[in-house]
Amino acid sequence: MERSRRSFLKIAGISVLGVGAKPLSQALAAAQGSKTGPDPRALPGKRWAMVVDLKKPCPDNCRDCFEACHKTHNVPSMPNPKDEVKWIWNESFPHAFPGQEHDFLDEALKKHPVIVLCNHCDNPPCVRVCPTKATFKREDGIVMMDYHRCIGCRFCMAGCPFGARSLNWRDPRPFIKELNKEFPTRTRGVVEKCNFCEERLAKGQKPACVEACKEKVLFFGDLEDAGSEIRRLLKVRTAIRRKPQLGTMPQVYYLV
Amino acid sequence: MLEKALVGSRKYYGWVSILLLFMGVGFICYLLQLSEGLGITGMSRDVSWGLYIAQFTFLVGVAASAVMLVLPYYLHHYKTFGKITILGEFLAVSAVTMCLTFIIVDLGQPARAFNVLLYPTPNSILFWDMVVLNGYLFLNILVGWTVLSAEKKGLAPPSWVKPFIYISIPWAISIHTVTAFIYAGLPGRGFWLTAIMAPRFLSSAFASGPALLILFCLIIRRLTKFDPGREAIQTLAKIVTYAMLVSIFFVLMELFTAFYSKIPEHMHHFQYLFVGLHGHTTLVPWWWAFMIMAVVAAYLLVNPRTRSDERLLAVACAMVFISLWIEKGLGLVVTGFIPNPMDKVFEYSPTWPEVFITLGVWAMGFLILTVLYKIAISIKEEKGV
Repeated sequence: MERSRRSFLKIAGISVLGVGAKPLSQALAAAQGSKTGPDPRALPGKRWAMVVDLKKPCPDNCRDCFEACHKTHNVPSMPNPKDEVKWIWNESFPHAFPGQEHDFLDEALKKHPVIVLCNHCDNPPCVRVCPTKATFKREDGIVMMDYHRCIGCRFCMAGCPFGARSLNWRDPRPFIKELNKEFPTRTRGVVEKCNFCEERLAKGQKPACVEACKEKVLFFGDLEDAGSEIRRLLKVRTAIRRKPQLGTMPQVYYLV
Repeated sequence: MLEKALVGSRKYYGWVSILLLFMGVGFICYLLQLSEGLGITGMSRDVSWGLYIAQFTFLVGVAASAVMLVLPYYLHHYKTFGKITILGEFLAVSAVTMCLTFIIVDLGQPARAFNVLLYPTPNSILFWDMVVLNGYLFLNILVGWTVLSAEKKGLAPPSWVKPFIYISIPWAISIHTVTAFIYAGLPGRGFWLTAIMAPRFLSSAFASGPALLILFCLIIRRLTKFDPGREAIQTLAKIVTYAMLVSIFFVLMELFTAFYSKIPEHMHHFQYLFVGLHGHTTLVPWWWAFMIMAVVAAYLLVNPRTRSDERLLAVACAMVFISLWIEKGLGLVVTGFIPNPMDKVFEYSPTWPEVFITLGVWAMGFLILTVLYKIAISIKEEKGV
């Protein structure tokens, strides 16, 4: 009796393992595919950066980049400006570069709208002040937001010297004009900002704003790749950055 | 000892009912905020901290001020403060509780508040602020309650409580220093980027907290049989005097640095406070009210004749408290965001629900204070001290 019970348990145990083995091996095989590993199409980059050409025409009605970005990322259009959420927008030169304007500045440059967005700083104060690591910097330099971790304390908004961050003061969902089901919407009470289209880079696509820009004002690439387009541009043209004296090392360059 | 809070005169019950009413209204408004989001407040993308964080910042000072009683009494054996040290400790308990509540009502996702504990982040000053505030709350409840229990039994406080008392002294300094660091270490906010922020916070704390305590002592003497003693009140008044003078001096230091250097990022904020910026002047009357009250209060406090007149002293203390509330609360927090990083002015004014939530939290703080003071004073009345 004793012996047969033991052998029954043995056989039963082995059978269970056997029955479970097939789906398990299938699951393991699936995991090795595209679902969890990086997409083979993903753009390789060690330090992502953006270059904005301030000499190229970018007339006031040209809003292709903002619209592409805000549509791609389900950024709501809030009716009350107080509740605004912005990932990429325009400032005039004196407001984008306070203290760097002067009376004799080239009229064209003075009038030129300056596209501003998160600078994905090398030394980001928002990451330093966040009490829950909801905002963090990736190895490729992209400063990310975890919408599920954020407690909405807005310390990062106080820390950011570029005003690049927004809080969802209200539920954003009713204010999304056209829903993109490929990208999550946010809940109220969390901070958000530009993410350099990391979800598009992972699929081998350039950021939506860069792709949408017909005037070729925006460039995106890897700073550590000496042969990249942005490195070539930074070599032949003069570039300025916003508030360099603060030491945050912004990675959006403006060609003047 | 808690049962002492349940028996009282009709006046006591009336006061408690008023506080409960305000708490109720505040709570209803908070439910509205929970369902709608922080959009019901006047805060915006540009001025992202408002009335709630301003109250928190100011009340940290009130909490820290307990050390102005604990230190002379326990370190220098200044016996005169023996009777009222408990009042300072219990004021700290209620003020810290308000601080923590103001942080919670300010969160966009309050249900996730525990993320601060689940993912401790030592590089964030907010993490350390949570540590020091909760620690200070614990210390003051522990020390206050233990010492009072011993007093009730007619015994000396147990010796194990001594280390906690001594720890509470530097700890009080730490709560206001760490709160100042929340502001002082941010790039691009010229108004807050000043090494004098923590000393400024401490000096205004040591004026506003003891000023409030003097007012409480005067009220308690009138309403109960417990007399805090004229000498204790006068010593507190001297503490308020010096702290207020240092506080005004520190503000003048800030003005010199900003206006003599003429660095726009530092100057614009003060211009906004004094005369307005780009035609925006919401805070200008408040700022002038602060300055006038601060100077008048300082005059009344410095002059020994007016300081020793308890009526004028009460007026001066009220002015110290209100003026520093304006300076620390409205002036310091909101102005840091004006102008914004793009050098544009977007102003802030609180909405009604925001004001009622704020009043509700104050009412809660006063209720805690009332109950704790009721217990402490009942015991003191029984013992006839």
